[in-house]
Amino acid sequence: MSVQIRSLTRRAPNASRKMLDGVSLTIEDGAFVALVGPSGAGKTTLLRTIAGLDGPYEGTVLVDGRVLAGRPMRERRIGFVFQNYALFRHMTVARNISFGLDVLPRGERPDRGAIAARVAELLELIQLPTLGGAYPDQLSGGQRQRVALARALATKPGLLLLDEPFGALDPIVRRQIRRWLRGLHDQLGLTTVLVTHDHDEALEVADRLVVMQNGRVVQEAAAETLDAAPATPFVMEFLGEALEFPGQVAHGRFLPDDPNVLSFAVGAGDGPATAYLRPHEARLVAAGGAARAIPLTGGQGGLRRLAVALGTREVEILVLPERLGQVGTEGLGLDIGRARLFRDGAPLAGAPPVASGQELPRVTVG
Amino acid sequence: MGGPSRRGNAVLVAATYLTVLAVLVLPVLLVMVEALRTGIGAAWRSLLDPDALSAIRLTLLVTLVATIVNTAGGIMAAWLVTKYRFRGRGILVALIELPISVSPVIAGLVWLLLFGRQGWWGDWLDRHDIQIAFATPGILLATLFVTFPYVARTLMPFMEQQGREAEEAAFLLGAGFWRTLWRVTLPDARWALLSGILLTTARGIGEFGAVSVVSGHIPGLTETMPLHIETLYNGYQTVAAFTMAALLALIAMATVLLRSFLEHDFRKASS
Repeated sequence: MSVQIRSLTRRAPNASRKMLDGVSLTIEDGAFVALVGPSGAGKTTLLRTIAGLDGPYEGTVLVDGRVLAGRPMRERRIGFVFQNYALFRHMTVARNISFGLDVLPRGERPDRGAIAARVAELLELIQLPTLGGAYPDQLSGGQRQRVALARALATKPGLLLLDEPFGALDPIVRRQIRRWLRGLHDQLGLTTVLVTHDHDEALEVADRLVVMQNGRVVQEAAAETLDAAPATPFVMEFLGEALEFPGQVAHGRFLPDDPNVLSFAVGAGDGPATAYLRPHEARLVAAGGAARAIPLTGGQGGLRRLAVALGTREVEILVLPERLGQVGTEGLGLDIGRARLFRDGAPLAGAPPVASGQELPRVTVG
Repeated sequence: MGGPSRRGNAVLVAATYLTVLAVLVLPVLLVMVEALRTGIGAAWRSLLDPDALSAIRLTLLVTLVATIVNTAGGIMAAWLVTKYRFRGRGILVALIELPISVSPVIAGLVWLLLFGRQGWWGDWLDRHDIQIAFATPGILLATLFVTFPYVARTLMPFMEQQGREAEEAAFLLGAGFWRTLWRVTLPDARWALLSGILLTTARGIGEFGAVSVVSGHIPGLTETMPLHIETLYNGYQTVAAFTMAALLALIAMATVLLRSFLEHDFRKASS
């Protein structure tokens, strides 16, 4: 099922603060979309609004081209999974799963045998075939999560909405469950919207990411696009560790304010600008600069973490261990040619993601 | 160092038991002893007196109705103030607790002021031949007022902790308001609810002050058990008075014991 949201605005109750501020978003049929952003960005509010929870809003929300407000829930075909699962504590796992079928009006409700068969099928799907008689309190976090999913899937929804579904799970279970969830999405042909504050999780499981901040959608794109061309410095910083280099563009080159950082060519007009890049994208060059490298603990993915003393400040980067042997630890320059450039919070047009030739700017140390 | 000594503890425990014994158990025991002073036969006969039977019947009827009405009202009130944030919510919570802090006599007086012959609506009621003050409806109203808080107050902390998520889940799965309340919210809160119902019952059976004001003390007609005890005692019918008192105490104790038993069960179930 597809979702179209047009200039959706929601205000907090008893306050003028906007929880959602003119959000427009299209989610294609069959997509797996992650809503990401810091807490308070409006992700959960957006998800709840799509589901039809909470009070009035301005704007339109269309699911499969239709307004859902005022229609009975069973016609909406939406499955929702809460952050803390919200299982019914006094019911068995089987009764929890069958709840959506049990409350159907008599004419539409399948007979008992059919409901039991559907529950068995779902228990099989969530790989807990023997736990139908257990109570939620007797289950582990990961098991509860899967029961909550089965309950949401019992009525065969086309749209699955998940609110921080992995928040309370330990890392290993988390990874297993999100892979399993992705498989389920593909297998059942669902449209899935996932809220998470964990960008790694979003990058791993979703096709597209919707980055939110202060009730607005900042950027909506595939993971690679977000990383290569972030719409704002916030997106850049939210998606992972980022280094920030303030500086100036002059005569087609970006000149960092910090000494011992190489300038690089850009196709943008003169003026102030700020460069951002990931720690592993920075390179050390033996180019007669005066920076020093200080090895640190805590490398990752075969890369070594270093503090680079630029003279004005230290920045932490990740390099291949061999690189340190090649360039030594003294008299270095820092190449940030793969940085994304921003001016006044917007990307600088024509700034190439990959640099073309570096040279040390004429800045004296000290 | 640190923490009370073992001996201090033992003294404290002993003192607590003594206090409970002297203040709570001894009076009940004395009531029983006094009731049975002239033998169980005399006690039993005193209960079969028509006025006594009428008092028991009236008490049970009023308590039953008050418990049913206040259970329904208490559920809705607790649900409203714990699951929604709205303007005036704090005032509503304070109002729910009002009957606990207001003297029952005042509650009785209010009903008299409204429905008594000299009251605001007295004339109108008189013309239409409706009796509220000095009749069963008045006693019921007084009891309703006094026992209103108990179901709401025992449910509120539980519902607060329950949160909205399970209800929202039920709603999203297609259950309507009543279905959600009946199949999700209340079954989950069943122990707190039962506890509140039993408290309401115990309080309703024993209510004296408010009922005393609106009842008019007509033996065989508008006397509840506590009122009848007073009448008997003032008429020097000691055995009959203490027998009725013993019966009242037994019913109240049974409800309270049942409640603590359930609570114990509930704690076991939730741990």
